[in-house]
Amino acid sequence: MNKNKEQLLNKRYKAEQRFRLYGLSAIFMALLFLTIFIFKIFSTGYSAFQKTWLIVPVTFDAELMMLDQNPSKEDLQDADYYDIALKSMADLDPNANEDQENELKRMVSYFFEKEIKNELLNDPNLIGKTKEVYLTASDDLDQVFKGNYPRDLPEDQRRVSDYQLKIFDQLVANGKVESKFNISFFTNADSREAELAGIASSFMDSIFSILVCLMIAFPVAVLAAIYLEEFAPKNRFTDFIEVNINNLAAVPSIVFGLLGLGVLLAIFQLPRSTPLVGGITLSLMTLPTIIIAARASLKAVPPSIREAALAMGASRMQTTMHHTVPLSMPGTLSGTIIGLAQALGETAPLILIGMVAFVNTIPGSPMDPAASLPVQIYIWAESAERGFVEKVSACIMVLLGFLIIMNLFAQIIRHKFEKKWS
Amino acid sequence: MRKNGVKMIKIKAKDVDVFYGKKQALFNISLDIEENQVTALIGPSGCGKSTFLRCLNRMNDVIDICSVKGEILINDFNINDKSCDVVRLREKIGMVFQKPNPFPKTLYENVSYGPTIHGMAQSKQEMDEIVETSLKKAALWEEVKDRLHEPGTGLSGGQQQRLCIARAISVRPEVILMDEPCSALDPIATAQIEELIDELKKEHTIIIVTHSMAQAARVSQNTGFFHLGQLIEHGSTDKIFKNPDNKKTQDYITGRFG
Repeated sequence: MNKNKEQLLNKRYKAEQRFRLYGLSAIFMALLFLTIFIFKIFSTGYSAFQKTWLIVPVTFDAELMMLDQNPSKEDLQDADYYDIALKSMADLDPNANEDQENELKRMVSYFFEKEIKNELLNDPNLIGKTKEVYLTASDDLDQVFKGNYPRDLPEDQRRVSDYQLKIFDQLVANGKVESKFNISFFTNADSREAELAGIASSFMDSIFSILVCLMIAFPVAVLAAIYLEEFAPKNRFTDFIEVNINNLAAVPSIVFGLLGLGVLLAIFQLPRSTPLVGGITLSLMTLPTIIIAARASLKAVPPSIREAALAMGASRMQTTMHHTVPLSMPGTLSGTIIGLAQALGETAPLILIGMVAFVNTIPGSPMDPAASLPVQIYIWAESAERGFVEKVSACIMVLLGFLIIMNLFAQIIRHKFEKKWS
Repeated sequence: MRKNGVKMIKIKAKDVDVFYGKKQALFNISLDIEENQVTALIGPSGCGKSTFLRCLNRMNDVIDICSVKGEILINDFNINDKSCDVVRLREKIGMVFQKPNPFPKTLYENVSYGPTIHGMAQSKQEMDEIVETSLKKAALWEEVKDRLHEPGTGLSGGQQQRLCIARAISVRPEVILMDEPCSALDPIATAQIEELIDELKKEHTIIIVTHSMAQAARVSQNTGFFHLGQLIEHGSTDKIFKNPDNKKTQDYITGRFG
């Protein structure tokens, strides 16, 4: 009898130990996946925050620039920089033939002419003098410098020629190649050239989309939730609505994209590829999430508070507005932020409404075309150039950072403003 | 209160039936409640005493499936009539609940809420006065006068309940309904509340639902005994406790069931 009991006890302990082990291994697995994911993204992405520059001596030859004596500001603006730019690249190898000169030119971004121009505009006294100018290296050489380029491949299989590599290695040996923080990644819009592409456009687009989404989804959802929870009679019709709201939350996001395409673009003729349309489409998606969160937090307000207010002679409306809604706000707000964070990472519906377009301007308002951060990731991931690989990861890092900040904000709101009742 | 030896009746319930859906919870309750007296409603759990209490300020309206039939006359006005506005009714009939339920706001806001929504104060001073007198009447002023702007939920259970009483009396109701106000409190806090009830009856008519027969005996002048949705017997507390007419009442009082 006693022995039997001891066995039972042992069994119970063992069962608990096993269960703990399962739980721990589950957590370990989850953490492992997360670590691998983050490691992969960081290890490919961190280099995108550095940009490679070639330091090239440029002679600002007035004659080549077609400048007269004492040129005015306008003259400097209109001057011809192409020749001196070309010449300074060609001068890297005095013995270069024409083909090789062309290859030398392709070692820097097509933006090099403008970089030289800016140098002179900053300091007009440079005319007739020679100065070492920082020129953005081409994306391939950028990758070479970062060690991401397969130099061992046969020459006909790479975009960087042996000649370019030879010159580049000389420059490196002379200390004429430098890596600096990549500011243009944050200030430039998208570009076909990986070395010039940045996230400014898509970042602004995401912000505009989220704002539009918030301004539409939040009031509609909160009003719907308050009405359903506090005022609507409980009958079959409201049950039906509730079921449908829950179903709406489970609708695949691409369906909302089709809706946006069919209704917003086709019927209402709103401008294509704009944050306005994107935000409206995303708000359809966010609506059920916020309604569900708001209803849950309204439900969580203890009925005794409502009774207290009603018994004081407050009307239903006063009870709701003075007590229930303020008490439910922290939960509603954090639900809203989570819904917005979801919308922020959404790609499929935006692609359908044409936000996948290549946009190389930074939008100044929700009516300007742009592509949002996740769509930017998609666009770059589709690009063939090697230089875009690290950009994809870097853009993911920015998006993740954005999401983490939003979720953190949701947590803070929840903890700071949540009132405790007895 | 008796005027010229005649009992003044404040509330007159006539043939009140209450249904929760199809289930009948109260059967044919007729009960007169005297003005400026404490009336205790006693009975075992689920006997309908709280349901009856909630009929008096129409709190049962909140429950969708609940329906009330019959007449309840307060000052000779039938509150179940369509013309009765519940907001004005509840202004006149305050309520204190079983579990202290102060708003998660400051003490001041708790007490000033009723006067604010009913527009009872014209100025800040007037409101301060109302808050002070209400808290004084609820015997809470001395304990909290220095922390009126701290949250009401930070008080002890007994203090919270007195705060709820202060909140209820802030709008000067004619009747105060109390639904087992001491069931969540310790004996000392209970004694304080009971003392308070005795004081409040000078200005208000009080109806108290209680589980404790001792409490009913201590605080009330009249008692009604409910059992299975019926009002078995009612009369002066003395009579109910010493010489009840009904066998069931006697059994309950003496602790043979319930």
